[in-house]
Amino acid sequence: MKLSILNKIPKSLIVSLLAVVFGLLAGALFMLFTGNNPFEGYTYLIRGGTMNIERLGNTLATASPLILTGLSVAFAFRTGLFNIGASGQMLFGGFCATAVALTLSAPKPILLLISVIAAGIGGALWGVVPGLLKSKFNVHEVVSSIMMNWIAYWVIYYAVPTYLKGAFLETESKKISHEASLRVDWLTNLFDGSYINLGLFIGIISVIVIAFILNKTVLGYELKSVGFNRYAAEYAGISVNKNIVLAMMISGALAGLAGAALYIGNASNIQIGILPPQGFDGIAVSLLGSNTPIGVLAAAIFFGLLYSGKGFMNAMTNIPPEIADTIIATIIYFAATSVLIEKGLDRLKKKRRGN
Amino acid sequence: MMEYVVEMLDIRKEFPGVIANDNITLRLKKGEIHALLGENGAGKSTLMSILFGLYQADSGKIRVNGKDVSISNPNVANELGIGMVHQHFKLVHNFTVTENIILGMEPKAGLSIDIKSAAKRVKEISEQYGLNVEPNAKIEDVSVGMQQRVEILKMLYRNADILIFDEPTAVLTPQEIDDLIKIMKNLIKEGKSIILITHKLKEIKAVADRCTVIRRGKYIGTVDVESTSKAQMAEMMVGREVLFTVDKPEKKAGEAILKVDNLSVKSSREGVMAVKNFSFEIKEGEILGLAGVEGNGQSELVEAITGLKPITSGKITLNGKEISSLSIRERINSGIAHIPEDRQKRGLVLDYTVGQNMVIEIYDRKPFSDRGLLNHKAISEYAEKIVEDFDVRAGQGVDSITRSLSGGNQQKAIVGREIELKPDVLIAVQPTRGLDVGSIEYIHRRLIEQRNNGKAILLVSLELDEILSLSDRIAIINNGELIGIVNAKDTNENEVGLMMTGIKRGDTD
Repeated sequence: MKLSILNKIPKSLIVSLLAVVFGLLAGALFMLFTGNNPFEGYTYLIRGGTMNIERLGNTLATASPLILTGLSVAFAFRTGLFNIGASGQMLFGGFCATAVALTLSAPKPILLLISVIAAGIGGALWGVVPGLLKSKFNVHEVVSSIMMNWIAYWVIYYAVPTYLKGAFLETESKKISHEASLRVDWLTNLFDGSYINLGLFIGIISVIVIAFILNKTVLGYELKSVGFNRYAAEYAGISVNKNIVLAMMISGALAGLAGAALYIGNASNIQIGILPPQGFDGIAVSLLGSNTPIGVLAAAIFFGLLYSGKGFMNAMTNIPPEIADTIIATIIYFAATSVLIEKGLDRLKKKRRGN
Repeated sequence: MMEYVVEMLDIRKEFPGVIANDNITLRLKKGEIHALLGENGAGKSTLMSILFGLYQADSGKIRVNGKDVSISNPNVANELGIGMVHQHFKLVHNFTVTENIILGMEPKAGLSIDIKSAAKRVKEISEQYGLNVEPNAKIEDVSVGMQQRVEILKMLYRNADILIFDEPTAVLTPQEIDDLIKIMKNLIKEGKSIILITHKLKEIKAVADRCTVIRRGKYIGTVDVESTSKAQMAEMMVGREVLFTVDKPEKKAGEAILKVDNLSVKSSREGVMAVKNFSFEIKEGEILGLAGVEGNGQSELVEAITGLKPITSGKITLNGKEISSLSIRERINSGIAHIPEDRQKRGLVLDYTVGQNMVIEIYDRKPFSDRGLLNHKAISEYAEKIVEDFDVRAGQGVDSITRSLSGGNQQKAIVGREIELKPDVLIAVQPTRGLDVGSIEYIHRRLIEQRNNGKAILLVSLELDEILSLSDRIAIINNGELIGIVNAKDTNENEVGLMMTGIKRGDTD
């Protein structure tokens, strides 16, 4: 009886949790090697992200773009596509949002709505190009979306100093006004002056919407069919090409929203010469969340915790902040090689039965 | 008492929830071909995997050449002289025959591989056993039958004496099957012993000396093939009497439903036509069999009718309406159903539940969805009806992941799904490929039933027996051309077999 309950827990959840545990263990080893106390290190790491309401808010704010990029990558994965271009989609989406925020004057709710929509459209535009190339010419989306990353990088490199130049620096845009920012007073006050903002809600709403699309709609059914077995989808009369384009467009739009959460939420301007790393972290978030919307939400908050706690750990101990990055990298490694963990689990089960 | 080369005694193997092997005993005599007969999921593969070291038995003993052995992995099996020809070949396609054979145990000459002497040895073995394999041919250039011989050679090169053949004829044409039977007999002559896993009684009769039957993991018995009839073996395997002939009442065919006129279809190879000026029609209440050796244009013809492949010229009309420019979905909606050749590649999304798979062509219709939202309850109810009507056995019913079903049950699910579309034309491509007698009988009955209900059925099969026993008329295809259409009543295996090689009826050459 007990075993049957245990078997009900999805294997993917166990695998993800194990990836986290192994990652933390490896991190503990690194801390030991650098002559530090891992318990102390982890205590400060966790406290750094949670110890007061402000830091909690910062953790959630750090997680917001990750929720969206994770969702973007996961959604593409479910359709059998590897969107490695979330960074570029995010950057261009963020640029569109910043451009709207800096040029348009309207009441805050309307301005925000337009900025966010602009971010979504910008990301979708950047995502749909690899989708079209794949469906028309069978160009692999990994190659074309990496190229799109660099196109976004250089477009922003040119466009920001030319059109949105800040007062002093050539390398970043003007600061957006409070009116145009996703930060709202009630939220800032609620979290004691944290930079948490509406980006979190964009993330959570997107999680719900994507979960709904995947599980309850005809569109989700078609997308998943194509992802699982495109030959069977084709046989059944589902247009594989249409769904590839659509999936990349939606995936790009999600990454674009992440751009809004980052550039007009957590930050207040856009800098040139940086491909936002959140786009690539999205791959890790998606893997750790086993490509499910709710898993992505949990994984993103966990990564947000690591990122926002590492500064405090660094300040309070001699542990270099790179350790937190190493832990994240190790977790990604274990999540990416989840097949190994799964095999290990199977072997363990077998052994237990053998006795 | 060195009579037995392999003895598997009281082998028991349990998987969670199922006893795959329940005290099974199999004894292989030296120099015999021993058939292992059982339905899909009866436990044949598990038993052989235990012998080959892929699984460990929970209890029971294995003896090889009279000595107790413990086969912990395939390498041990290899050392004991046990070799296996898998159903799905494990070959590197852009390597030559010799390169494939020596893979993993390459003979060295200094720093390089001594390919020359290896090729020589491959040739020697090939001649010794009458395999007729060209050592320097690339795998991608040789036929499926030849690839199988390369697999056989691979075992012989590794000095295997005990050969396990896992459903070796499933992928072969009738001619290749005949060749394989000859090869197996040669192997025996040269002192090898063979275990043949199969569920085809005809082959057992043709080649095996003794036959061990298992049913649902249990040992039923070992019989002498010579003195046991097919019907007796079938009954042992299925557990009840099996009817080999389908009851097919006379029926007058009605109006033509599907018409194909001068159809030409390109092959996936550049510049080659797969189907050339092909014409036929199927009337309501009729089964038209399409006979031909594999790869002669059958697949392309079917793909052109269903819309998976564009046509080059010609016309396809359904109920008087031209359909050759319609999309796949539009053709399905106008009354074409298709049981595809490859059930796992085309027919099913294996990671979907059975329920989700049952609506894969009609999920966007009411009541399965409304305004873009799926109605899971309606889908489940519809799928439950198919699962019940078509005897699809699945652990958790319509909620089972399709991958977990046995091949036979997957196929029954597809057949059920396509029949439930209530089509005017049902295209059944190899509907019983790789299935056991019980499922074959069942699917045949269902096809006849559809015919009696006035559907037009196109039956494409490589099994001549199947074509002859089900069809009303038979169209023979060779190299993409229609060789002729004959009435099933006044033809026989010889005539159709001859036409399959491209000789037209009445040709005297």
